[in-house]
Amino acid sequence: MSAAPPPATPASKSWTVRTRERAVDALPPEKLLPDGQPTYVASWIYVFGVASIASLIVIVVSGSILALKGPAWWHYTGVGHFFNSIHMWGVELFFFVMVVHLWGKYWMAAWRGGRTRVWITGAVTFLVAVPTALTGYVSQQNFDAQWIATQAKDGLNAVGVGAFFNVLNFGQMYSWHILLLPVAVVLLVAAHVLLVRKHGVVPPFELERRKAALTAAGAPGADGSPHAATAGERS
Amino acid sequence: MSVLASAVFNLNHPAHTVDWEFVHLSVANVVVIGLMLIVFVLALVLPFPGKARRAAARRGERAS
Amino acid sequence: MSPLGPNDDTQPWKGRYAPYDLVKELCIAVGAIGLLAVLLTILFSSPDDKPSTIAQWARQKPADFVTAAVKELDGTSPIAEYGPPYNHNGTGQEAWILKPQKWLGVSHPIDTEQDFVVGPLAMIPNDPGLTAALAQYKAAPEKQKKEWAEAYAKPLEETATAEEEKKTPPNTVSESNGTVLVKTSGDAGPVPVMMSSLLADAQSGGVDGSLLTSKQFFQTDYTKPLLFMAEGGLLSERAEQHHLLGDQWGMMNETGSYPGQAWLWLYALWYQVEPIKSSPNADILVMLVMGVLSLAFICIPFIPGINILPRKIPIYKLIWREHYRSEQSF
Repeated sequence: MSAAPPPATPASKSWTVRTRERAVDALPPEKLLPDGQPTYVASWIYVFGVASIASLIVIVVSGSILALKGPAWWHYTGVGHFFNSIHMWGVELFFFVMVVHLWGKYWMAAWRGGRTRVWITGAVTFLVAVPTALTGYVSQQNFDAQWIATQAKDGLNAVGVGAFFNVLNFGQMYSWHILLLPVAVVLLVAAHVLLVRKHGVVPPFELERRKAALTAAGAPGADGSPHAATAGERS
Repeated sequence: MSVLASAVFNLNHPAHTVDWEFVHLSVANVVVIGLMLIVFVLALVLPFPGKARRAAARRGERAS
Repeated sequence: MSPLGPNDDTQPWKGRYAPYDLVKELCIAVGAIGLLAVLLTILFSSPDDKPSTIAQWARQKPADFVTAAVKELDGTSPIAEYGPPYNHNGTGQEAWILKPQKWLGVSHPIDTEQDFVVGPLAMIPNDPGLTAALAQYKAAPEKQKKEWAEAYAKPLEETATAEEEKKTPPNTVSESNGTVLVKTSGDAGPVPVMMSSLLADAQSGGVDGSLLTSKQFFQTDYTKPLLFMAEGGLLSERAEQHHLLGDQWGMMNETGSYPGQAWLWLYALWYQVEPIKSSPNADILVMLVMGVLSLAFICIPFIPGINILPRKIPIYKLIWREHYRSEQSF
């Protein structure tokens, strides 16, 4: 018979135990990967978040294939050019669906109910995606890269960033593009998604006439539902 | 292998632009922005599948 | 909730949940986006315009090349007078008390006289005429060097200005078989020999190589060859054909007829409006405006007026119409 792990003593919990318990408290498995969504999740606008993640996956996979063969490969082989094209269109699709997602979330005021960090992580993801794309454009090693780099340098130099971030330095830009910035984007997206799982998808606005009706009926507060919790409901 | 690099439509020619006052946008960018607006509106108005499933879930609440 | 938190009455959802398969949704999304990317690839591929080289610049536009080169020599080129991060010959851009370009200092020193002209010339072997010209130039006092360079530059600049203004250029500059002959009114000393040698070296590809490997054999930093080439007209001529110039909203555009960076529309817009458009500090001003707007974008939940607009303009009634209808029937 295998021995059960020894119970943690309340007085001296290890960092591991504390980390695990905090993580599980914040996101128990059924919250991390729920198999249901509130009944108000009933619009195509809701798919643009997952479409953004899907686009990012396409970008990372195609980018990884480009990285396998090095930065010159796509210029002299058809296969390389094919994957470069997928990478470029993946980026166009990423910004397309991400901005539609952003529009939808703004008009839902999706920061309500303690979800300001969801909004903030999403906004910062967009803002970090822009230089991620820029470093890609200047790493193309073609005329477009030459022009973008020689132009972008002025904006960056003007604010002092050019002193340590040189768009004319291919080695530096390629490193930022294939490692540092994608890691930042992925970490931000992960934080964003985990926060959505933690807080749930933002509930609808209460309609004014319904608020008034609830108040007149003497219902407690302006709850989403006046009915009692039943078996199978999730908080 | 070179067939993988060629495209059905060749976009390797100087772009046409949409010009208005001081605004000069390439047709390709105008198409992208226009499509985004159209897709946004469609996402708002098109019915989303699973209506019966959601109605059943709500009925489960009312039945109790 | 923190004191900065928006004041809203949104309550946690206590209603029903319907089955929703998130993992299947992700797989479908990856498949759909992947297929769409492949379809767009098959239909349109992607652009890949070959890069320009200094050799091409020197061969296609020899007069333009030596015009740029002599300005590097006498320190009157845009890069020579740029300031940080390349040199201390200018203070850079500023906005009120903000001078970050100056504050961050010179991190990539470039001496245009040495790096773009004298250095590459010194690497050319077996040319006694050039060796003598270089020795004469290096031994001369600074004032003499400037006078020689300006005597050579003046006819070239007059010709370039006349061509820009579509006037008849003076007969002082002529091209023949890739070489440039400049009739100077004053003494240009060894500068004509130096410029002819640099032009020939550039046309052979020697300057591309020497500017890239000047520090070490293995190199990935294209700062010097790109900065030098950008001083001339070849890159900007190609850029104009592709609608990539600033006043063409170029930073939003891609070469050819491909979609570009539509998300840079607001960044590009400020460069088209006064007083930013004609300001020598346009770049820092635009960056400041975009910095403030980016911060505001992040802080939308806290900005009065902006954060209640979704409530006032009820697009949400479209999104949640099924939910509201179900509430009415209750």
